[in-house]
Amino acid sequence: MTAAVALLVALLAPLACAAGVVLIGRRSPNLREALSLLTGGVVFASVLRIARAVEAGESVALDLGEMAPGLRFAFDVEPLGLIFALVASLLWPVTTLYSVGYMRGHHERNQTRFFCFFAVSISAVLALAFSANLVTLFVCYEAITLATFPLVTHANDRAAWQGGRMYLGVLMGTSIGLLLFGVIGVYALAGTTEFTPGGVLAGPLAEGKVSVAGLGVLLALFVFGTGKAAVMPVHRWLPSAMVAPTPVSALLHAVAVVKAGVFTIVKVVVYVFGIELLQEIELRDVLAHVAGFTVVAASVIALRKDNLKERLAYSTIGQLSYIVLGGLVATQRSVEGAVLHIATHATGKITLFFGAGAILVASHKKNVSQLDGIGRRMPITMGCFLVGALSIVGLPPTGGTWSKLLLVEGAAGAGDRLLVAALLVSSLLNIAYLLSIPIRAFLRHETVPGAPAEHGEAPLACRIAMVITATLTIALFFSPHVVFDLVALMVPNLS
Amino acid sequence: MIEQHAIILVVVIPLLAAPLCVLLGRGALAWGAATAAVWSSFGLALYLLDRTLDEGVQRYMLGGWQAPVGIEYRLDVPGAFVMTLVTAIGAVVLPYSWTSVRKEIDDHRHHWFYACLLLCFAGLLGITVTGDAFNLFVFLEISSLSTYVLVSMGRDRRALTASFRYLLLGTLGATFYLIGIGFMYLMTGTLNMEDLAVRLAGPGPDGVTPVVDTTTIRAALAFLSVGVSIKMALFPLHVWLPNVYAYAPSVVSAFLSATATKVAILVLLRVFYTVDGKAIAFESLPLADTLVPLAIGGAVVASFVAIYQRDVKRLLAYSSIAQVGYMVVGIGLATQLGLAAGLLHLFNHALMKGALFLAIGCIVYRVGQTRFELLRGVGRQMPLTSAAIVIGGLSLVGVPLTAGFVSKWALLDAVLEDGRWVTASFILLSSLLSVVYVGQLVHVLLIRRRPKDAEPVREAPLWLVVPTLVLAAANLWFGVVDSTPSEISRTAAEALLQEMQQ
Repeated sequence: MTAAVALLVALLAPLACAAGVVLIGRRSPNLREALSLLTGGVVFASVLRIARAVEAGESVALDLGEMAPGLRFAFDVEPLGLIFALVASLLWPVTTLYSVGYMRGHHERNQTRFFCFFAVSISAVLALAFSANLVTLFVCYEAITLATFPLVTHANDRAAWQGGRMYLGVLMGTSIGLLLFGVIGVYALAGTTEFTPGGVLAGPLAEGKVSVAGLGVLLALFVFGTGKAAVMPVHRWLPSAMVAPTPVSALLHAVAVVKAGVFTIVKVVVYVFGIELLQEIELRDVLAHVAGFTVVAASVIALRKDNLKERLAYSTIGQLSYIVLGGLVATQRSVEGAVLHIATHATGKITLFFGAGAILVASHKKNVSQLDGIGRRMPITMGCFLVGALSIVGLPPTGGTWSKLLLVEGAAGAGDRLLVAALLVSSLLNIAYLLSIPIRAFLRHETVPGAPAEHGEAPLACRIAMVITATLTIALFFSPHVVFDLVALMVPNLS
Repeated sequence: MIEQHAIILVVVIPLLAAPLCVLLGRGALAWGAATAAVWSSFGLALYLLDRTLDEGVQRYMLGGWQAPVGIEYRLDVPGAFVMTLVTAIGAVVLPYSWTSVRKEIDDHRHHWFYACLLLCFAGLLGITVTGDAFNLFVFLEISSLSTYVLVSMGRDRRALTASFRYLLLGTLGATFYLIGIGFMYLMTGTLNMEDLAVRLAGPGPDGVTPVVDTTTIRAALAFLSVGVSIKMALFPLHVWLPNVYAYAPSVVSAFLSATATKVAILVLLRVFYTVDGKAIAFESLPLADTLVPLAIGGAVVASFVAIYQRDVKRLLAYSSIAQVGYMVVGIGLATQLGLAAGLLHLFNHALMKGALFLAIGCIVYRVGQTRFELLRGVGRQMPLTSAAIVIGGLSLVGVPLTAGFVSKWALLDAVLEDGRWVTASFILLSSLLSVVYVGQLVHVLLIRRRPKDAEPVREAPLWLVVPTLVLAAANLWFGVVDSTPSEISRTAAEALLQEMQQ
């Protein structure tokens, strides 16, 4: 399989899988889920094949032609997108495995629709990761929003539709109102939207087509237009999206969709503005501080949330802004940290969501305050949860350690003490709202209001998936070079 | 023979088929004749478009009299583009009308309906081909008069007042146009558009100032622009449109929304580019600075009003007014990119609004009503129709992978190329408002539950659903696969600007 073919397979296999899922339908759920798992494996293998080619210095690209001047649809793999694609495609089959246990254990309806749109979403995410220009990226960005909408409203009750409305309203509103403006602005200024190492906007600035302040406004359009990155004040959709089934929250709203957001921002910083140009933009400081504020504020809100999934959602908002902040600080160190955090936060947070879902399936408990002593009934679940929590806080032996370290170093290197303080305060808050959960679960005694429902561990499929992601989280501590090697490939593109 | 006379045949076939429909009398026969006429026009239009793209402007001297004495038919790329659009929409709408008209219009009026539809069709096509300013007025009146009749055939009695109001304003518009042409004739003694362009640039009565700088011609231009603006429902001259679209029969709403305003925009192009050859309109008159703000204001205000509509057809009508604003923004910029974007949006908007109005027609066929409170949850029982509405709605918003995105991109690109960042942000504001009203439409049809006591509905018959889906699919086809309209619109813009420089 050549790398170009692998690229096609990675983009089309999930779509074929979606069609297959619909065809098989309810007749044979086992076959249907087997198809999803198999496709997940194939897609991951394809992305690995692409990774090998990129490491060997080959260029892997695909051009689909031009619709109107500037509207060129094309894919071109580079290290940053590759890291994102690897994370998403690796965690997809794991989540599928988890979903099998969750959806059946929870007796969810319309499972065919669920697996179908899940596959479509993954295809859109991979297409976004491999986009060669802003236009393709924007198209995929919108496709992700539309493909995940049926997953958010899966429960089909009033709460689900309300959440769905917020989801669609914020994501569509910001992307059409601001992001599209930014994309077209870049095209109008630079005459191209291709991702170019070193950026495309230095030329127009030198020619006097745009002022530094104008570029600052453009940057703001990208930061707030990318609603998926959930920088305050465009973060409200993420807690609303928690009405979705837990596997959706786990893969899409902790990994694929939100990472698509921060990925977009980092990509724009590195390949449209270029980090050298970014250093000159004064408004960048303001935006970085907005991200810093989001980091702290989201942690404070998370502290006050009793609903476990909502707490995790606010935690995600905070962690996403770490990445945005890393991109906006725009030193080599901080960008590396941001990219690494895409991977380490993904494994950590998906483990936490898996844990939340497992608790829901096994015990039907949704709130943190109900979890006293649950660790004895569900030792594997809570053990994995502990690992995930450690990674989010940034403690050894988990991958989060390295990315947080790099981010703090980056912020310190840029000489911004306020941001360093924000990152450190947030880490302390993380300890308070995340580590308190396993501590309750293991150390406190079960309080018994009425008769406790007897329950044991979550379904086997869920447990396997959790152990895999927890293992990955720890593995990233011991061998972060897996990601670092790819980050190193990106470094020449930074300057 | 056909090759030679294709230009005139496009218009003459439907024009002759109209009285034939009346003579045939029975609804089915009339429908057959109308369909045959429209489809043959469509075939000829495609052939002519191809030829115009290959060979440039096609000319035809009526009765063999040479221009400027005789009436000249002159088909350039923009004309052929709009002609293809009009005939294509006609070709989709007629099969649809077979079922829809039998439901919505009394039996004994069917042949009159088809006769008027054909007259309207012929009138619109005539406007696209004629090279004579007065002949254009004649066709404008043919299409307008038949439109008044068509609108008045709506089942709702308010259709009559809507039609009457349209008649008053439409006549005003046509009269203004006629006055404008009269002034021009007075000053130049010619009605041929190309000849007008030459003579307007020539020396005036005092032998020094060019004709074009005289007060008479300026007054003429004022009359022309206001007259045409009424016909294309440019804000704030749009008052006739919502009721017309809301109360006309479904077929008529779909056909008019996709063609009539589009052809009026072509007339605007003729006035500003073909007749007023040397760009006088844009250089010596502050037209770009009045048209663009009005258009963009209209786009925002009409979108805002659309949000508050509680009737689907009125909602779509206000959205049409907003979309006309987009097209006029492109034209008002008077740059090549702007013109191309305006023309492309003209084409794409016909696709999306056509699909939406046809889909609403499907709902009307089953439910008989267009008010929101009676449509709750209807979409769930009509999956194919809902699919068309969702696709059309997404295209209207300008979501990627739909035709609407391509033209909105082109328009924003053109606006920013001209350095108008404020205009661009207003366009995006209007898009955001369209997210809201399309969202409301989808919310009512698909998300709300059907009241328990409401009668169950079924999917509309295939005769209605298939044409609807064809137009909806065209939105995706021209958004993802085929970039021909975008290329043709660029060629057309080039042709118009060349005319200006000659």
